[in-house]
Amino acid sequence: MKEPMWRQKSFYQKNRSGSVFKVIREHYLRDDIGCGIETCKRCKQTEAPLSATPNINKLYPLPHFLIDLMEKPQISNVIVLQTVLEEVRNLSVPIYRRVRDIIADKDRKFFVFSNEHHPETYIEKLHKEIANDRNDRAIRVATKWYAKHVSDIKPNVSVVLVSDDAMNRQKAVADGIQATSFKTYIEALDNNELLDMVADHTDLQDRERLTYEEHLKPLELSAGVKSGRFYQGKLSISQHNYLEGSIYTKVDGKETTVLILGRKHLNRSMDGDTVVVELLPKSEWRSTPTGVVVDEEEEMKEEKDLEGKSAGEDKDAEMKEASKESQSEEEEASGDTPSPTAKVIGVIRRSWRHYCGFIDKQSVKTPPGSTAPTNVYFWAMDKRIPKIGFRTRQAHSLIGRRIIVAIDMWPKTSMYPLGHFVRVLGDAGDKETETEVLLLEHGVPFQEFTPKVLSFLPPEGDKWVVRPEHFAGREDFRDLNICSIDPPGCTDIDDALHVKPLDNGNYEVGVHIADVTFFVKPGNAMDEQAANRGTTVYLVNKRIDMLPSLLGTNLCSLRSDVERLAFSCIWELDQDANIVRVRFTKSVIASKASFTYEEAQMRIDDERQQDDLTKGIRVLNQLAKKLRQKRMDAGALTLASPEVRFSLERDTQDPVDVEMKELKETNALVEEFMLLANISVARKIYEKFPDSAMLRCHPRPPDTNFEKLEKAVARLGFTIDHSNSKTLSESLDKMEMPEEPYFNKLVRIMTTRCMMQATYFSSGMLPHQEFRHYGLATDIYTHFTSPIRRYSDVMVHRQLHAAINSDIMYGDELTDKETMGKLCDVLNYRHRMAQQAARSSVELYTHLFFKNKVSEEEGFVIRVLKNAFIVLIPKYGIESIVYATTKGQQKQGDQAQHGEQQILMYSQENDSLQSTEPRADDAAPKHQIQLFQKVVVQISIDDDLKGGGEGGMRSKLKMQLVKPLIEGLSVASVEVATGSGSGSSSSTADHKETPLEALEHAGTTDRPEKRGAASQQRGTKSKKLKA
Amino acid sequence: MLISLQRKDRASLEPAQGSFSHHRQHGLRIDGRRTTELRKIRSITSTLSQADGSAYLEHGNTKILAAVYGPREVRSKTNIIHERCYINVEFSMAPFSTTERRRRAKTDKRMLEIAQFVKQSFEPVVLTQIYPRSQVDIYLQILQHDGGILEACINATTLALMDAGVAMEDYVCACTAGWIDKEPALDLNSVEEAQDTSEMTVALLPKSGKIALLQMEARLHVDKLEEVLQLASDGCRQIHTVLDRTIRDRAEDLAHKMPSSS
Repeated sequence: MKEPMWRQKSFYQKNRSGSVFKVIREHYLRDDIGCGIETCKRCKQTEAPLSATPNINKLYPLPHFLIDLMEKPQISNVIVLQTVLEEVRNLSVPIYRRVRDIIADKDRKFFVFSNEHHPETYIEKLHKEIANDRNDRAIRVATKWYAKHVSDIKPNVSVVLVSDDAMNRQKAVADGIQATSFKTYIEALDNNELLDMVADHTDLQDRERLTYEEHLKPLELSAGVKSGRFYQGKLSISQHNYLEGSIYTKVDGKETTVLILGRKHLNRSMDGDTVVVELLPKSEWRSTPTGVVVDEEEEMKEEKDLEGKSAGEDKDAEMKEASKESQSEEEEASGDTPSPTAKVIGVIRRSWRHYCGFIDKQSVKTPPGSTAPTNVYFWAMDKRIPKIGFRTRQAHSLIGRRIIVAIDMWPKTSMYPLGHFVRVLGDAGDKETETEVLLLEHGVPFQEFTPKVLSFLPPEGDKWVVRPEHFAGREDFRDLNICSIDPPGCTDIDDALHVKPLDNGNYEVGVHIADVTFFVKPGNAMDEQAANRGTTVYLVNKRIDMLPSLLGTNLCSLRSDVERLAFSCIWELDQDANIVRVRFTKSVIASKASFTYEEAQMRIDDERQQDDLTKGIRVLNQLAKKLRQKRMDAGALTLASPEVRFSLERDTQDPVDVEMKELKETNALVEEFMLLANISVARKIYEKFPDSAMLRCHPRPPDTNFEKLEKAVARLGFTIDHSNSKTLSESLDKMEMPEEPYFNKLVRIMTTRCMMQATYFSSGMLPHQEFRHYGLATDIYTHFTSPIRRYSDVMVHRQLHAAINSDIMYGDELTDKETMGKLCDVLNYRHRMAQQAARSSVELYTHLFFKNKVSEEEGFVIRVLKNAFIVLIPKYGIESIVYATTKGQQKQGDQAQHGEQQILMYSQENDSLQSTEPRADDAAPKHQIQLFQKVVVQISIDDDLKGGGEGGMRSKLKMQLVKPLIEGLSVASVEVATGSGSGSSSSTADHKETPLEALEHAGTTDRPEKRGAASQQRGTKSKKLKA
Repeated sequence: MLISLQRKDRASLEPAQGSFSHHRQHGLRIDGRRTTELRKIRSITSTLSQADGSAYLEHGNTKILAAVYGPREVRSKTNIIHERCYINVEFSMAPFSTTERRRRAKTDKRMLEIAQFVKQSFEPVVLTQIYPRSQVDIYLQILQHDGGILEACINATTLALMDAGVAMEDYVCACTAGWIDKEPALDLNSVEEAQDTSEMTVALLPKSGKIALLQMEARLHVDKLEEVLQLASDGCRQIHTVLDRTIRDRAEDLAHKMPSSS
């Protein structure tokens, strides 16, 4: 390379410890960078995506929020400068990735011009020029070069610099470059939808004069945090009240929850943001973190004020009021140590994303049909998000639909964040749309598999069979009596079992797991896709697969009577189910039968059946019982969570019935052996990969988690000893109330909620003592048994294979603890999101089920708040809030009637709500609502709290008290026709949860779980399940 | 031939730096090279007048000085080898060679190891048997560190030995190649090395195509080995032409200065 083509870049950088040093980098210019225009003969093209007859070419210095716009196909023939791309990367990595994705899409004709390496567009930084100015200049120089270059080859084509930086535009025009702002550029395209996406906030901002406190500068923040004056943490907003947030941080060397209450103190921060807070004086600290349910009505009120011509002072007053309100609640707080409260003084990192939601109908002011731009408000489905203001020309066509909106900014003069419209999802209330909404809200990747991913499937497709060459390195288990036991309709069978009596009186027991890693090779597109999905997501009406269904439901699935590849774990167990030895091997099996839990149970019970398979299942059942007993003795927990399954109508997929799931002995049978396999495998891979084994742990819950529950059961004369899982398990067993059989389960459900989340981790990341799985009471654990639906299991399979076969070639992906740690983070996140999505899906169907009907059910109070209590209905596994004030009751009534009246007062001494009638000091209150109390409530669906009018924008399960009868609060009992008459329920969608799994669900422990989801084909029976 | 495969632990020799993100951009590497391109190499010989032979070499921003003394009488009797000469290599890094100034102990294991690598690569190539009971000293000092120390050491040593007129079988040309972002890349700089890259240093005798040294400390999938090795070998051949040019230039220069032989 010639000398003039060689440059040095030098800059200064600060390292982690704060010292500044000079960095020198080489920088090569090169003469082989083409302009990317199709017909250009002067450039040495490596690729030339830009068409020669474009309407216009443009260069984008894009401000970050325009990315949504860029993703629209209308925008094409774009030159993206390297300088711009690098700036974007420095601004935000996620947006950078999205830009890269657009560029990778050939149809979009986006071209990256490496102007920094082109001899004619490379510029040196001038003396005293700051980086920003240099980059702006580089953009102008490159545009100019392009303009000239293009006019030489195609005089009628022009290059336009599109930038929202007015200064840069000015200078560009002075240089003789065509430059325009985004808005003008899009206006020229004359497309309303696109126009909506260009944020324009001038209006919204000026209208409101209220001001939030200015955020401090990043430097002041980091200095403050360092010196201990401020505290930093991730803000989480209460599900019940979007004006109540908290961060978890170290105050005075102790991990504490710091509360942030009220709009003013939250100071424009939102859920998930990394914020810096300053503590408020101790006098404003508050002792109970939860309690208040801010009803939507309050928001309505605020909004009204806001909508009115009310001037700034009003708004200030409003804000003061809001914060006063929250403070006054503090005063009645219950004893103990008050937790610190704080105010937000700066946001380190925003967690803004795209939000699914709907337009506030009442905020649409223009006459129907108008396409004049108007400012409207948007409610996100996520209740923790404040409403978002944006400007649109299509307000009327958006009413009653689910849309996506992104936030652009939240200036201090605006009460609410400001954003722009992204796209329409569909009509509200439509099952498809709502399902998409919940997938999007939980970030579940649900697109079809790309052709590239599918190209890694075996070319034979479903004709693939086990051939002689596959036997290399595998044991032949085709003669063994192997069978699988799964939920009815299960198609992705990933485990099968066998047992064989040995001559010495012991048993050989084998667990055979689908050999997914035979098909999914590390690093290919299918593997990457699966790693990104992390898990199969089970919704009520559909299943989002982790692997293409050819593998999941066919080639990997251990169906009966076909030969399949498996990964087997073979034990020799003695009569008492002690492990004598264990070995692992890849194998070929031919399952003799696939039973449902019910069939297997019937075979066990039916004395007449004496064939080998049935005898085998009986032996397995005996062994499983012994294993289970051992586990219980070691202190494994039996927890519970309310689980339901829906029966869906065949064609419409409407839910026609909801029922609790029941369990058979055979569920436990399969489960025990899966647990055993997981534990054995965990030990093996930890031995081979002490630094990077993929394991799963379940930390011991901190004592504070039990405080509330302890108090509640103490009143009933029970104690909970949670010092370890064994004592906890024993105290749970003791909690029986003869008159209330459900009580024990109720306590178990609530204990479940005290648990920590079980997580994947790389063994090099935690000390050995922390490997413990609390819920299962084992010192080491992993997931091995469901590779079809969990990526963690795929990794474990690879590690186990490497552990048993030293000839296996593998790379960093199995040995690097950092890589493994990162993968664990992704999987944990996906796992959590999958659970939440599943729960949301159940909620959605619960609402559909109760829609247009009113029913009355028995329930239990599981939580008492200041002005409300939460009731759980065991029959449906649902819970909801019952308000103790009239306000909550009269939602549909006259809006003006704000005379909120507290019928029941919170009493701190026994954590209950009591009626307020005058009475003697020692007399019992007339009515009282206590924890665990049995009540009867009326359930209905309260549609449309926000949208105003029909449309079911955010439907909500409403419960009203029927019994005990409290004047002013209870509603009259109505005889309800339970409307599930349409008996033709043939498709049962299992929302799959066994009690074991319940643990996982409630975010606690995990058992080997396996679940089924509804198959979508009409008429077919639904999927499988298993834990 | 020497093959060394060990766990990666090069922290002690790494230039201090913050975390850069360095994805490959639109087919170009972070500094604008393509994957098969070397950094700019500059070299001159006879830079030091005191030494019997010396060379200064730049691989991009990696700069190194090599000095050769000998063949001369063995300094310490214990080093005497009766049938051939003893080669002594000392490697050091200038305290100012990295972004953070740091003085390194003589006993730094990584530095001793590099010296050992150089020694073992040259022992079979230098015609040691024609210098019995003597010693050749090779002193190497890194002036600036920007990745690829070992390759620079070997290339500079080749030049300095030739400058000293030590008899050798062939040039020894070294080059690195690694696997970055799913592609093989030639001659990594320090930013590229700092990623968790699988990097291989190959020293080649260009005439015979023999490999004098193959060194790699990270894991690399065996399927990719061939490809990376091939790339590194091609790099060595390119380097050979550069080194050869330098030597020839120097020889011509000397020839001009010689009193005309006629």
